[in-house]
Amino acid sequence: MSILTAIDVVDWSRAQFALTAMYHWLFVPLTLGLGFICAFMETIYLKRGQDPEWKKMTKFWMRLFAINFAIGIATGLILEFEFGTNWSNYSYFVGDIFGAPLAIEGIFAFFMESTFFAVMFFGWDKVSPRFHLASTWLTAIGANISALWILVANGWMQYPTGMAFNVETARNEMVNFWDIISDVALVKFGHSVTSGFVLASVFVVGISAWFLLKKRNTHLAEKSMKVAAIFGLISSIAVVWTGDASGIYVAKHQPMKLASMEALYQGSEKAPLSIVGILNPKKEIGNDEDPMLWDIKVNGMLSFLAFHDVKSFVPGINDLVYGNTERDIMSTAEKMERGKVAIEQLRLYKEAIQEGDTATARSIVGKFDHTTAEGQQFLNDYFKYFGYGYLSAPTDIIPNIALTFYGFRIMVALGLWFILLFTVILILLHKQRISSYKWWLWVVVWSIPLPYIAGQAGWVVTEVGRQPWTIQDLLPTVASISSLDAAAVKVTFFLFAVLFTILLIAEIRIMLKQIKIGPKE
Amino acid sequence: METYALLQHYWWFIISLLGGILVFLLFIQGGQTLIYTITSNDTQKSMVINSLGHKWELTFTTLVTFGGAFFASFPLFYSTSFGGAFYVWMAILFFFVIQAVAYEYRIKPDNLLGQKTYEWFLILNGLFGTILLGTAVGTLFTGAEFTVARDNIGNLTGNNTISQWQTPWRGLEAVTDYRNIALGLAVFFLARVLAIHYFYNNIRDNEIAALSKRPLLISSILFVALFLTFLISLLFSDGMAVDPANNLIHTEPYKYLHNFIEMPVIAILFLIGVISVLWGIWLGISSASPKAIWFSGTGTVVTVTMLLLTAGFNNTAYYPSLADMQSSLTIYNSSSSEFTLKTMAIVSILIPFVLAYIWYAWKAMNKKPITAKTIEEEGGEKY
Repeated sequence: MSILTAIDVVDWSRAQFALTAMYHWLFVPLTLGLGFICAFMETIYLKRGQDPEWKKMTKFWMRLFAINFAIGIATGLILEFEFGTNWSNYSYFVGDIFGAPLAIEGIFAFFMESTFFAVMFFGWDKVSPRFHLASTWLTAIGANISALWILVANGWMQYPTGMAFNVETARNEMVNFWDIISDVALVKFGHSVTSGFVLASVFVVGISAWFLLKKRNTHLAEKSMKVAAIFGLISSIAVVWTGDASGIYVAKHQPMKLASMEALYQGSEKAPLSIVGILNPKKEIGNDEDPMLWDIKVNGMLSFLAFHDVKSFVPGINDLVYGNTERDIMSTAEKMERGKVAIEQLRLYKEAIQEGDTATARSIVGKFDHTTAEGQQFLNDYFKYFGYGYLSAPTDIIPNIALTFYGFRIMVALGLWFILLFTVILILLHKQRISSYKWWLWVVVWSIPLPYIAGQAGWVVTEVGRQPWTIQDLLPTVASISSLDAAAVKVTFFLFAVLFTILLIAEIRIMLKQIKIGPKE
Repeated sequence: METYALLQHYWWFIISLLGGILVFLLFIQGGQTLIYTITSNDTQKSMVINSLGHKWELTFTTLVTFGGAFFASFPLFYSTSFGGAFYVWMAILFFFVIQAVAYEYRIKPDNLLGQKTYEWFLILNGLFGTILLGTAVGTLFTGAEFTVARDNIGNLTGNNTISQWQTPWRGLEAVTDYRNIALGLAVFFLARVLAIHYFYNNIRDNEIAALSKRPLLISSILFVALFLTFLISLLFSDGMAVDPANNLIHTEPYKYLHNFIEMPVIAILFLIGVISVLWGIWLGISSASPKAIWFSGTGTVVTVTMLLLTAGFNNTAYYPSLADMQSSLTIYNSSSSEFTLKTMAIVSILIPFVLAYIWYAWKAMNKKPITAKTIEEEGGEKY
């Protein structure tokens, strides 16, 4: 399949993966956070001499956890297999590295989660209270360890490290396992799971607020609200902290993503951050239009957030596409040329092998040898830009600016809102006046969808922002796909879109009904 | 044997073992196809569904792990088979997704599609999940229509896809080989047999036991007939072998028969596994013994593991290419690097610990068999 004819398949494959990932992230964050909230409640239940009220509460939230759990597993299964079905070139090119975290996730985390889930949900009268509590904790921990390995894998795609290219096998191979669990991956893990904790906390405080408004199960609702608000406040502060760390790594390793998130065309020192703004739809790279129709800017804030230094230089889209010699930034056209040189070595190596020219073959292998000075130089000067060789034009490296710009602002604004939300709830709970502020309780109820929107927006920023790469700088989406007809991908896209949507509606209806039924004796 | 080859064999063993465990755990799927056959009222149906529902995640998790382990250890298979037999794998995923929600949603009020629909989701998963997986595994012996050219990724113009499928049927063409169908159906009927054995062990209800007799007998006979059809045809089939001296692949008559002869330990274990399954079947048919599952379950794991070992060991191409013989996959040309296999091998040392806690949790949950009374007591937590 030629690169030109592949574009339709690329878009549909991206759409299919995005569909699955976005549905997956509707269910997983609740599992990540609600598991711990159930564990906290069950711990209190045992600590308070098996207080039946706490058991009733734990079982109620566990029931909602279980409804959500299954569909999260189902969408996760598809995501794993879609790497093979839709992205077969990718799977081969980096499978040596990328497969390991997925396998470890399955062997350790997923088994832990699913084994102890059954005990947690069905084992109340079958195992001892302590074993049951341990199972609840292990379910929550298992879900989060599972997230760790998936996010290690995702983090590695954004910041590939710990590998070397083997020209003989035409793929990247792992050389250091611990490098794969990079700081980028750990920060990504921290940011993602804490956002899941926030989502679950908002879910619990929102439903509890509804009970208070309906004057049902008020004791239980206030207690649940307290546990979730404390957990939520701590988590939402952690989200901001890990988000800040994440921003620094994006600035360092994915400068185009940062420029796109800020619609920053011209790089500068004391780079400004648009707190809010409206993009100019006429703006394109190379024209003289202003990128913004309207915005409120704070000078130096982007520099500060990116490098913790207001005076630092933040490169813009123009700098990254056209290059900036003053700042020692190579143009994308130059990177494309160097990438082509690196890719060309594969063809030369194949020819040398076919012709029995062992000297040339050995020399090419040497160019990719990271243990020699010659190899280091070639890797740094050429292989580093391998993926650029597949691009058609320098502007291909610009992701969708509107999606990343607005997505980022939605995520940040909502993230800050959750801190306020939990703080006010805790103050009102402390003053024992939460039930008298009905308007606020409605605000809490209507906040339930917001962390879902924030989570989706966050992943849009992360994944759209890194386009066109499946592996940053090494492999673009256009060279990652399977040899498929667009029709095959379209058929399965719509099949799963319909299925997921039906199942989502079913889940929401079941969940709402169970909330209306409320805790049982 | 040098370290790299040893690791490649070790990982093929792990894949084979996971395959064996997965086929055993498909009893969940087999049981799902029996929910209307072996029950006569809602309580009995609830008993059967809950007996399966407490374990369904284990099959699901094993499938995920099987996929993950294959990806990590033999990425070229992952990219070739999954990207190539696209429709088959997508169909398998579809039938597993509908299962995942069915247990939880089935009797919940306001579940949108109604109880019957979710029960049919379970049945469809049980039917197509087993047959499709079995048919897909059959292609590890009978081959598939693909080509592999690693250097394609270096093409800047024209074709740059490494693995390509040569038919528009995208894996569905596997049904044209009767051996694949035989194995697919054998897995389906085995899953039903194992399920009934499991119910004999896990459910105390005379009527369910009585209603299970006929489907057990029919499924047992059909399983044995289909499995023997597959096995005999396999033993007399050509296989593809790799010459370790030059890495070239050639056709070898009676390759799988040779493998059993040349690897007597595997042949003996295979036979022990088959006898164990047959003994379990006999115990099930003759006395509805709760012990039947121990023999048939263990026998299934051993038999399937050994069968898969014969697909990959002894210089055999475990995924023969019918389109281009030299594209066939062997454990040597499709594995991860030595470093990755070694790293993963270190990680795999902890697998017995995982199996131990699964065993412990399972035992704790299965202390009391399921009866009509225990199901009533489950209240809101039952499926």
